[in-house]
Amino acid sequence: MATDTALHEEDVHTGSDAWSGGKQPFKASYGKLMMWYFLLSDAFTFAGFLIAYGAMRFSMPTWPVPDYVFSTAPFGIHNAPLIFVTFMTFVLIISSVTMVRAVQEGHRENKRGVIFWMFLTILGGATFLGCQAWEWTTLIKGEGVSVTKNPFSNHFEGGTYVSADELKAAGFIEKDIAHGGDHGHGDDHGDAAHGDDGHGEGDHAHKVNTHYYLAPGTADIPENRYYTKMDHYGKEFAGESFESNTPYLITYHSDGSIYENGAYRSDEDGQIRKEEFGPKAFGALFFFITGFHGFHVLSGVAFLLIILVNVASGLYVKRKNGYEMVEKIGLYWHFVDLVWVFVFLVFYLL
Amino acid sequence: MGHLTYEESKKLVVKGLILLAIVTLVEVAIALLGNGHLIEGFRLSRIIMYPLMIGLSLYKAYFIVYEFMHMRYEVKGLAMSVLLPTLLLVWAIIAFFHEGNSWNERRQLILEKNKKEIGYVAPPEEQYEETELI
Repeated sequence: MATDTALHEEDVHTGSDAWSGGKQPFKASYGKLMMWYFLLSDAFTFAGFLIAYGAMRFSMPTWPVPDYVFSTAPFGIHNAPLIFVTFMTFVLIISSVTMVRAVQEGHRENKRGVIFWMFLTILGGATFLGCQAWEWTTLIKGEGVSVTKNPFSNHFEGGTYVSADELKAAGFIEKDIAHGGDHGHGDDHGDAAHGDDGHGEGDHAHKVNTHYYLAPGTADIPENRYYTKMDHYGKEFAGESFESNTPYLITYHSDGSIYENGAYRSDEDGQIRKEEFGPKAFGALFFFITGFHGFHVLSGVAFLLIILVNVASGLYVKRKNGYEMVEKIGLYWHFVDLVWVFVFLVFYLL
Repeated sequence: MGHLTYEESKKLVVKGLILLAIVTLVEVAIALLGNGHLIEGFRLSRIIMYPLMIGLSLYKAYFIVYEFMHMRYEVKGLAMSVLLPTLLLVWAIIAFFHEGNSWNERRQLILEKNKKEIGYVAPPEEQYEETELI
């Protein structure tokens, strides 16, 4: 496609000081061309991260299934897989579309139009950031995912989760521990008399709902504690069976602040075993890559704000180049949307 | 840029919005349907799901770059100087995924070998020394 009209406009208006050879390479201004090459390098950075994610995922026998990891939405919606993140994607698509409109109004030298559509774009970007903040908070506080911990387990053998009664029948002892506001009152809440190791428990601590079980005679160390399987809302998963390599089951015995491994009876030898957490790399990769994308959105919003102020002040009217600065930040903003297409694909869809 | 009239480009924006929204919805629908969330007991094979979702995402990327970022209206040299280097990523994907797969195979191999009973026979020198001491 030829670019005759555009060429004429730019020949007249863009300064020859940046490209002093007198002829524009690729018939594009210096700023626009360099924005393209910056975006190319940024694409390689993101591609490097996403490929690292792929390599880690290929190196694990199982991986958490996103539908079960990302299934919460605000206003108390649970078990709604991918709904919230689809909303986030729409927010970003819409803000990308309003950015296209801002660039178009810029080409018409319509200042009011540029301001209006840029303002909507900034609103979209800020909404996306708010959604991401909510998503991170839920994952960290609600589900217990962190850079070093991934409670969304994987399995190497089949088995059945054991209930509290089954654990007791197998010789484990029930105890309550206080979590959170533990002020060291030496009050023993063990319901059976075998509490041989006086473990300090706060008697008016708010969270005393976590049971744990010790095999008789063993030391009270985390390795000797077994838990009944619960989801993160405290619902017991007793008796539920799973096949080997079921990747998505959530390992919780949680009062909202600690995340421990659940107990299950192995299909292979009938032994009660601890369930392993899922691959740690999942949490680290998720927070790093979505965080890096979120940082791009944040800096995009900052630059959009600066350019919006410049537009409003009439700076680009004087430049008479069809609001090229708006076009350049537009390129960046579309790129952020473009990256999200792939982040959405690898983290939430695949 | 200048080849589309203002009205045409406004139409393109609406078209883009609808297209991207529909493609995204289809992707999510495939993910939910394939993992058995929509119809009880119905699942799609990953061999069908994954290429479909990757293909649709690549189409979205193409649309964003070519229409929203106006790559279609740039000089061919500019487009190629930006797009061609990304082909290097094809090799990166093949190489790193292959590497990841190899880690997995090695880990499985080690797990298997660890499960096997080892018929350990002590070296004769040691046995000799032991009997001497006793």
